[in-house]
Amino acid sequence: MDVANSIRIALIGLKSKKTRTFLTMLGIIVGIASVIIILSVGAGAQSLILNQIRGFGSNLISIFPGASEEEGPPPTVFGTVNTDLKNEDIEALMNSKRVPHAVAATYYIQGSETFRWRSQQFDGTYIATTASYLEVHDEIPAKGRFINKQEEKNLARVAVLGSNVKKELFDNLDAIGEKIKIGRHQFKIIGVMKPRGVEGFQNQDNLVFIPISTGQKIIQGIDYVTLARVKVDSPDNIERTVEDVRQVLREEHRLEVGEIDDFSVRSQAQAIEIFSAVTDSLTYFLAAIAAISLLVGGIGIMNIMLISVTERTREIGLRKAVGAKNKNILNQFLLESVVVTLGGGVVGIILGISISWLVAYIAQYLGFDWDFVISFLSIILSTTIAIIVGIVFGLYPAWKASQLNPIEALRYE
Amino acid sequence: MAKEKKLIKLIDICKQYENEEVVTKVLYDINLEVNKGEFVAIMGPSGSGKSTLMHIMGFLDKPTSGTYYYKGKKVSDFDEDKLADIRNEEVGFVFQTFNLLQRTSVYDNVNLPLTYSDKKIGDQDVIQAIKSVGLYHRKDNLSNQLSGGEKQRVAIARALVNRPEIIFADEPTGNLDSQSGKQIMEILQDLNEKGNTIILVTHEKYTAEHARRIVSIIDGKIVDDYQVKKRLIAKDEKYLTK
Repeated sequence: MDVANSIRIALIGLKSKKTRTFLTMLGIIVGIASVIIILSVGAGAQSLILNQIRGFGSNLISIFPGASEEEGPPPTVFGTVNTDLKNEDIEALMNSKRVPHAVAATYYIQGSETFRWRSQQFDGTYIATTASYLEVHDEIPAKGRFINKQEEKNLARVAVLGSNVKKELFDNLDAIGEKIKIGRHQFKIIGVMKPRGVEGFQNQDNLVFIPISTGQKIIQGIDYVTLARVKVDSPDNIERTVEDVRQVLREEHRLEVGEIDDFSVRSQAQAIEIFSAVTDSLTYFLAAIAAISLLVGGIGIMNIMLISVTERTREIGLRKAVGAKNKNILNQFLLESVVVTLGGGVVGIILGISISWLVAYIAQYLGFDWDFVISFLSIILSTTIAIIVGIVFGLYPAWKASQLNPIEALRYE
Repeated sequence: MAKEKKLIKLIDICKQYENEEVVTKVLYDINLEVNKGEFVAIMGPSGSGKSTLMHIMGFLDKPTSGTYYYKGKKVSDFDEDKLADIRNEEVGFVFQTFNLLQRTSVYDNVNLPLTYSDKKIGDQDVIQAIKSVGLYHRKDNLSNQLSGGEKQRVAIARALVNRPEIIFADEPTGNLDSQSGKQIMEILQDLNEKGNTIILVTHEKYTAEHARRIVSIIDGKIVDDYQVKKRLIAKDEKYLTK
């Protein structure tokens, strides 16, 4: 008896119970689709995060307040408020001769506020920063000018609008010279930025820039910064500069030898590494959970196959009476189980790819830098898992069927 | 030549079923020979052991003791696969309850033994078997769309398709009305005329009388074994009037 014939018999068996076959398949379909979707969405989310990090430029170093493990994320990621990093620290960095490759440095605090102009209002984020922001981020305003050194120091109430904030509040009118309210405080508009889109997880066009001193003292009443960035002359000098920055900050913070840093210095490469590790482990963890549904699907198959063997006892008896050997019966039931799981696997893969594509499409439509990624490995893996589930969970029922005594099977009521 | 003619030889066949502490004896010292081309009816009341005897002769069951020779060879020497091959190629079964595959076409039901066979038998032989029971017009119908008589005719076609030496029929008319029963007996008699060996199991004397030889069995023992002098011919009207 050839394989084609065995498959034909298995298909006839399955066709006679279409609804049951489909419901049995459903477990595998959901399981395989989940694995594919999670792997794809995981890869897509990772691409989004990495693209965002890359969007900053590869020659920037970030300084976060608070200690962290060398390979771990900075503490601000977890929402901890840390007051250790001050304006003077960053000024000291730039004044020190011991950080020769630092070209410029800037530091920020930020907050959410409602921006108002006449009857118009817009909920967005303000960034209180230094004049050097432009140099660090390679930006120039589209109109007007950015905050200058003097304004940075003397609590000037001036603001530079992101392109979208300008459009929402003023539409086509000229905004320069107008006064807007940020919360309770009035600011004079001195410039409008160019459209920049999403960078570093933030839509840069929804921001309003104000002088750092104004943000710290007038709006928030604090004397620390939440983030600083140093621009390095060349990507080749990043590692060295990270170390230079550390040393200067340790001295500034008067840390003894052996004391751990109360700040974290990170390069883009490190950030990419950390985020990749975090998203990878998250993806595999979720895929493992999805794989559990495959196990449940497999148990479902075993259950249904056992019922099927009992229901078809007379058929098995008849098949044996007309000459089927034990191995023919074993093959038939095993093939039925593999056909169900493989069929479920194929449908699951198609469904998984479709949903992943839809997720990517929607994400891209919403403006995220999201890649549609389906790894060939995940498809091979899913198909293999489907076949293995079919064999493993089909084996016992098939073996049970093959061992039936033909006479007892024929007499079965 | 004489040796070749002898298909089945049973010597002191006993069968008992053991169920925990209860031992049920079903067959006692059965000695029986069946030659090629015979039409033997094994007749006995319900529970007499006639079906068990047929199952042993049909390689579906094994005796507890005694020796079964098939074509001169000891059946106890055959392994499971060899027995399956014999069931597939040398015998055909017709059961009281038809045992067709549900929701499967007449053609596929008749074709079933061939799926387990290495014999090169093609479509034409399946069609021929279906034609021989007069069901060619229903070959694509599903088994559940057939009447009882038609189902049994499909079962006979299935038993015939591999051109077996012996056809075992276990109460083939038991679930049928008299008209359908008559058709089945007619087919069996026809097959016998063409040289097939037929072993029929029945509890009805009337059905048994269509055979050429009747072996009576009561309480697991053969009590009579004789050639039928006035054989009933199914084509004959008498069957209906009786």
